[in-house]
Amino acid sequence: MTNDELLWRIAGGSGDGIDSTSQNFAKALMRSGLNIFTHRHYPSRIRGGHTYVEVRAASHEVKSRGDGYNFLLALGDSFARNPQEDAYYGNEEVKPLTENLDDLREGGVIVYDEGLLDETDVADLDEQAEENGWHVYPLDLRGLAREHGREVMRNTAGVGATAALLGMELDPVEELMEERMSGEVLEQNLEILEIAKNEVEDREFTHDLQIPAVEDGQKQGLAEDHEQVLVSGSTAIAYGAIDEGCRFISGYPMTPWTDVFTIMSQNLPEFGGIAEQVEDEIAAASLAIGASHAGVKAMSGSSGGGFALMSEPLGLAEMAETPIVLVEAMRAGPSTGMPTKPEQGDLEHVLYTSQGDSNRVVFAPGNAQEAYEQTRRAFQLAYEYQLPAIVLYDQKLSGELVNVDEAFFDREPNPSLGSVLTEEEIAEAPHHHSGKFNRYQHDVENGVSPRSVPGQEDGRFLVTGNEHTPQGHISEDPDNRVNQMDRRMEKLESIRAELDADDQSSQTLYAPDGAECQYGIVTFGSQQGTVEEATKRLSENGHSVKALGVSELLPYPTKDVKAFLDSVEQCMVVEMNASAQFRGLTQKELGGYGDMMTSLLKYNGNPFEPEEIVDGFESSISGDGDAPGHSTTFVPAAGD
Amino acid sequence: MSAFSAIETKRDVDQNEFTPDIEPQATWCPGCGDFGVLKALKGAMTEVGKNPDEVLLVTGIGCSGKLSSYFDSYGYHSIHGRSLPIARASKLANPNLEVVAAGGDGDGYGIGGNHFMHTARENHDMVYIVFNNEIFGLTKGQTSPTSPKGHKSKTQPHGSAKDPVRPLSMSLSAGSSYIARTAAVNPNQAKEILVEAIEHDGFAHIDFLTQCPTWNKDAKQYVPYTDVQEDEEFSFEVTDRQEAGEMMYEAESRLSEGEVLTGRFYQDDRPSYGQEKRHTGEMPEQPLAERYFDDSYEWERSADLMHRHR
Repeated sequence: MTNDELLWRIAGGSGDGIDSTSQNFAKALMRSGLNIFTHRHYPSRIRGGHTYVEVRAASHEVKSRGDGYNFLLALGDSFARNPQEDAYYGNEEVKPLTENLDDLREGGVIVYDEGLLDETDVADLDEQAEENGWHVYPLDLRGLAREHGREVMRNTAGVGATAALLGMELDPVEELMEERMSGEVLEQNLEILEIAKNEVEDREFTHDLQIPAVEDGQKQGLAEDHEQVLVSGSTAIAYGAIDEGCRFISGYPMTPWTDVFTIMSQNLPEFGGIAEQVEDEIAAASLAIGASHAGVKAMSGSSGGGFALMSEPLGLAEMAETPIVLVEAMRAGPSTGMPTKPEQGDLEHVLYTSQGDSNRVVFAPGNAQEAYEQTRRAFQLAYEYQLPAIVLYDQKLSGELVNVDEAFFDREPNPSLGSVLTEEEIAEAPHHHSGKFNRYQHDVENGVSPRSVPGQEDGRFLVTGNEHTPQGHISEDPDNRVNQMDRRMEKLESIRAELDADDQSSQTLYAPDGAECQYGIVTFGSQQGTVEEATKRLSENGHSVKALGVSELLPYPTKDVKAFLDSVEQCMVVEMNASAQFRGLTQKELGGYGDMMTSLLKYNGNPFEPEEIVDGFESSISGDGDAPGHSTTFVPAAGD
Repeated sequence: MSAFSAIETKRDVDQNEFTPDIEPQATWCPGCGDFGVLKALKGAMTEVGKNPDEVLLVTGIGCSGKLSSYFDSYGYHSIHGRSLPIARASKLANPNLEVVAAGGDGDGYGIGGNHFMHTARENHDMVYIVFNNEIFGLTKGQTSPTSPKGHKSKTQPHGSAKDPVRPLSMSLSAGSSYIARTAAVNPNQAKEILVEAIEHDGFAHIDFLTQCPTWNKDAKQYVPYTDVQEDEEFSFEVTDRQEAGEMMYEAESRLSEGEVLTGRFYQDDRPSYGQEKRHTGEMPEQPLAERYFDDSYEWERSADLMHRHR
């Protein structure tokens, strides 16, 4: 086992403060100079039920969850329903311990709260520990917390024990507690932290895992001397929207989209904006349309089922050319599926939902920085080209925390409404002799006909979801129809050209051994970091391989993907769904390549681990693609 | 200075201004009640002194949805049942706009019923006109949410087994703060009620009986009609919730029997949603839409929030 990274997993019951404890722990490690990446696993339940958060910390850059983990802090589940082994969902009381053992690496460390977890309920723990070389430290964390404070503070005791076992300084943890708590609660927590650490330090240790050293006080891959901030993908999306001047959000709660909705709802009132929680997602999307029409930058969003309800308003925004930005946070489907588990199964849904030819922009950012950038770009394109722009992400990107250079967010705001006229410009703009403003002119540059906003003098026009004349009146005239349709579709070509003209492509090429490679791996959206880590290891294993993370889906980045595929002999497409949707899209857009693209799929509710991609790739080139022990599925190239 | 001078500048308005200079040929049948709504709305807007560029008329789908095509203002002919969420967001974005939403009885009481309930509950400062002809007209005569029990149509060949919705009672329990019923054949009352509705600070719902001479001949022309404020048979206080509720129940029941009772049914001066939201600090004092035209505004940045993430 290597000691260059810590993969700390805190497990317990939903509602036991696992999330906040892990966030503070992650932040403390970040402040001590390490790079951070977290992975959240939780049930669709308010109280009780097995939940864990994994904090990966290393002095080198980390862009993915790791392979398994090496330190387990198993707290009790204080709201467990079933204390019997033969209960339908098993014995929930011991799940923080039992459910996590499969992924614990050889030689790993286990700390469990013997105040809540009875070792005798896990009959073969000793055997398993011996077999795997685990180092087990039972501690009465609950008892300690009760004695010096309150029972809920057992999480703090667990962090104190962790610090002792890993040789970690308490300063950053204490500092964070002082920033967040006060009075008696603070005093008790500090005391418990200290006592837990001291008690554990008195014991004899059998493990050698330590907190990773911060090499040269620098973080690799990040700018020097810059303060780091810990952000999630959802935070990055919300902050991108704020910096684009979005001051209106409408929504209905649904996991995992609720994160973005919450962050916006908490910040907008302070910034003089408006957040509306409404009756359903049809209303949510319609409100965003109404606000945008009246001259405000607006957004809405949802997850699978809620986004399905937005289909009709989405089509209206395309036909009416009312700009809106929607975000779609995917979770495992179909239907209610697995509400708190990630999947990338809504790709085709988001590309095509709503009647008629779709006329929208769809981005799928690969990490927090891209989530920020592409949310901003989505607003710019939506308001300039007057169409819906969608940011497609998932439960994984939504909740994972990663450290980012704070300077990254030091950016200029862009509140521009895009192609909107002022009253002076309207006075000069073409009008119909009926008095109406020509809102939907036929022959215009890039297909964009500038709009007016209600309340502007002489700017009145009619919006309609019907096909319409330049003034917006309903029309079924064939020539007008083709003119308007061509103009709307031309906007997508103009957007593609604009994106292609960027200095740097939004598709992320990762080629550790240079561009000349025999093999390629392609993915889209949130799997990018994991694919990069796998590619790095494959390259270290002697394979000639490079990777491409695609984050623009519509209009499709034909040039970038084609160039990548043309440069390799064979390519594996990695995605989290069961029907290889992204591979299908690529074949459709490029008109071929089916015979050189294989698929590695995963849809069990957990995101890929790098090792799964490494093994999947290796078995695909040397065998039939079967990777025993993994829950991935290999699909050969078309024709094979 | 406002970026919206149509709102800022108050001037005398001529009724003809709401008629497009070249009028699109209406798709409504001769004798259709929808013409009555159009005329009453033009008259009412003129009377309250609104000009076409400061009015946003959001409509749904159906014959009623075409209202925005023949009324010259900013118009938004949206999708079936969704005029209310679009309209109320426009009002939040720019509260100085005069916002009117309109649609049919299927649009408002059927497919868009959820939005009706919640927009009324929130008490947005806007007018909502429901063209109630007790039938689906544009799709050629199917039974609608307000069709009387026993109504026979191609989709209900044995007669509807359902009681019709009670739009006024529903509106009252949902929270509308102005509720009236008028009829296309009663243009003076219709105009007066629309003027009151526009001037009312809150959600003003008008159930507008619009005869469908093609598909609902049973309803005749909604004549003779009775004004509940004028007829001595009825004595109730429009601000008394309980009395209003009873009067509504009576009017709805009698319509099923062919008797047409119209007038004001309820009025309440509770604060509008905009007022409530400003009160809780969740809506700016100045119209949000103005900010995007104000070059001197200092836009907040996410960089201001970074202290939470260090």
